[in-house]
Amino acid sequence: MTVTEAPPASPAPAAPEPVLRKQPVRRKLVPYWLLLPGILWLLVFFALPMVYQASTSVQTGSLEKGFQVTWHFQTYWDALSEYYPQFLRSLLYAGTATILCLLLGYPLAYLIAFKAGRWRNLLLVLVIAPFFTSFLIRTLAWKTILADGGPVVDVLNTVGFLDVTGWLGMTEGNRVLATPLAVVTGLTYNFLPFMILPLYTSLERIDPRLHEAAGDLYARPSTVFRRVTFPLSMPGVVSGTLLTFIPASGDYVNAELLGSTDTRMVGNVIQSQFLRVLDYPTAAALSFILMAVVLIMVTVYIRRAGTEDLV
Amino acid sequence: MTDKKAGGDVRLTGISKTYGSFTAVHPLDLTVPEGSFFALLGASGCGKTTTLRMIAGLEDPTTGSVFLGDKDVTDLPPYKRPVNTVFQSYALFPHLTIYENVAFGLRRRGIRSVKKQVDDMLELVQLGDKAKHKPHQLSGGQQQRVAVARALINHPQVLLLDEPLGALDLKLRRQMQLELKRIQTEVGITFVHVTHDQEEAMTMADTVAVMNGGRVEQLGAPSELYENPQTTFVANFLGTSNLIEAEVAEAAGGQVVVTAAGAKLRLPAARCATQPRTGGKLLVGVRPEKISLAHADDAGDIADGRNRFTGKIADSSFIGVSTQFVIDSPVCPELEVYVQNIERDPRLVPGAEVVLHWNPEHTFGLDAAQDIDAGVETVEETA
Repeated sequence: MTVTEAPPASPAPAAPEPVLRKQPVRRKLVPYWLLLPGILWLLVFFALPMVYQASTSVQTGSLEKGFQVTWHFQTYWDALSEYYPQFLRSLLYAGTATILCLLLGYPLAYLIAFKAGRWRNLLLVLVIAPFFTSFLIRTLAWKTILADGGPVVDVLNTVGFLDVTGWLGMTEGNRVLATPLAVVTGLTYNFLPFMILPLYTSLERIDPRLHEAAGDLYARPSTVFRRVTFPLSMPGVVSGTLLTFIPASGDYVNAELLGSTDTRMVGNVIQSQFLRVLDYPTAAALSFILMAVVLIMVTVYIRRAGTEDLV
Repeated sequence: MTDKKAGGDVRLTGISKTYGSFTAVHPLDLTVPEGSFFALLGASGCGKTTTLRMIAGLEDPTTGSVFLGDKDVTDLPPYKRPVNTVFQSYALFPHLTIYENVAFGLRRRGIRSVKKQVDDMLELVQLGDKAKHKPHQLSGGQQQRVAVARALINHPQVLLLDEPLGALDLKLRRQMQLELKRIQTEVGITFVHVTHDQEEAMTMADTVAVMNGGRVEQLGAPSELYENPQTTFVANFLGTSNLIEAEVAEAAGGQVVVTAAGAKLRLPAARCATQPRTGGKLLVGVRPEKISLAHADDAGDIADGRNRFTGKIADSSFIGVSTQFVIDSPVCPELEVYVQNIERDPRLVPGAEVVLHWNPEHTFGLDAAQDIDAGVETVEETA
């Protein structure tokens, strides 16, 4: 075959060569064209504001006289030393809310992924149902739910729950509203779906035969969970905790509506610096500090969780 | 094989499984002798996998009991049964290395020093150099061997294999069949193997149970099943059978004489699955490789005492070791005949008139009340 076809085949490649050369160039450009809208969007709405904020953070001046870039890095130090309690509180509240979300969300995601059968889709819709109402309205509703002397607070008081949270410093007396507990509750509630959905996605991908195989290899159900299910759901745990912790640590609505002056988070400080005090450099510096802190924590966390290894 | 414990058989008594109104397995009694290689053979949906899963404890039987030796394990959860499974999809743990996959069972039983055992086992399946790899880095055949190693290392009383070779290509499958057979002989553990591949079942197993519609149709050694099928399903599912509808003319003295479209055929009464009655119907079967072909011109050379009738070659295909003929005859349409390519007769081409003849001893008889086409594979099974 090679002998007979070789002579007519040799001149053939010469003719289509220019065509062949043109096509890859056009094809190579396609990914860039596809990226263009996204890049433009990010440039205008992410990169430019970041640069603007960065420059604001090193400006000095006042609203009346105008702000000038003076490379005044002292603002960062001043902001941090003045507002570090709010920083720590933000990380503590966001961390607590993330852990609560994980504890509440994991069993639910597990149930939807493995046990729900034909109810699976309905349950998933119910998980995202809160999004049909505004974030603000839902948080305001919690104000009513946790109101002083309301049924929820009465029950929590009667069963002694408030004694425990009081001892932990999360409530005072028989109030829930305007305490750390209320803020953490609000954060947990508002970010719970962001925990459940990634958990569900990664649990649902686990082949149920792996559970059978583990059981067949002498693992009791609790061991199956510890050695097989949980390790395999780590990608969901990592993305769920990130999607909860990052926005929760910058949140100010929950602390604003459900908390008091004693529960102010860094988000509240930034908001008031920008909109009330009108100290733009401090607000911008606080934003960058928050971003850096979260970035460092997340990097360390992802490294430790080691999910790159999971397929 | 020498340190056999007495009565390590797997015994299923009256075991059945129903899902709602669907009966996957009809009440079934089955004994798998200790140390044997036992195959459950059947098309997909015949209940063979369900039966296997009931032995493993992955499925609760609706009725009946599972015994391992003298111990009733029906109510034991899988993790308490001395039984391990090689799953069809292998079900290797993707987050663990090959080493940890193999060590999994030992660790769960609290065994601390697993290194030597794991290394030995990986050596047995020739994967010693892959210990640090993850399952997705291995080929299908290698994953399959890991699955076997992971189960075998626990020295189970019974090893269950659920279509373990289904995902492999043909060549690798043949190789793994021999490999599994070798391992089984070496370790002497009872193997229960589920498969839809009759060739696989016959090559590997000592005993084959042919299942159909949730029931065991016939159980026996592969040669016994092949030579003496008791039902049309077994006759057609294991290899190919030519089944001829015939009428019993005479049944006396250990010989049965039947007639089909004028041809007189004889067979031993001992090879009838049913009691033949004179004037009654009988399905007469003969395997394609037992039949010899002679050109019509040579009809006189055929020895006396052989079953014979005439036909016309409708089709022939050259396979290499043999030539497969399809013969049309009034006795039976589309008869299959396999002739070894020792001395090929150039006259045997489509359209030629031929005489088919065979030793009457090679004929078997089946109950004519059955579906003659039961068990004929029309579409290639992919399950």
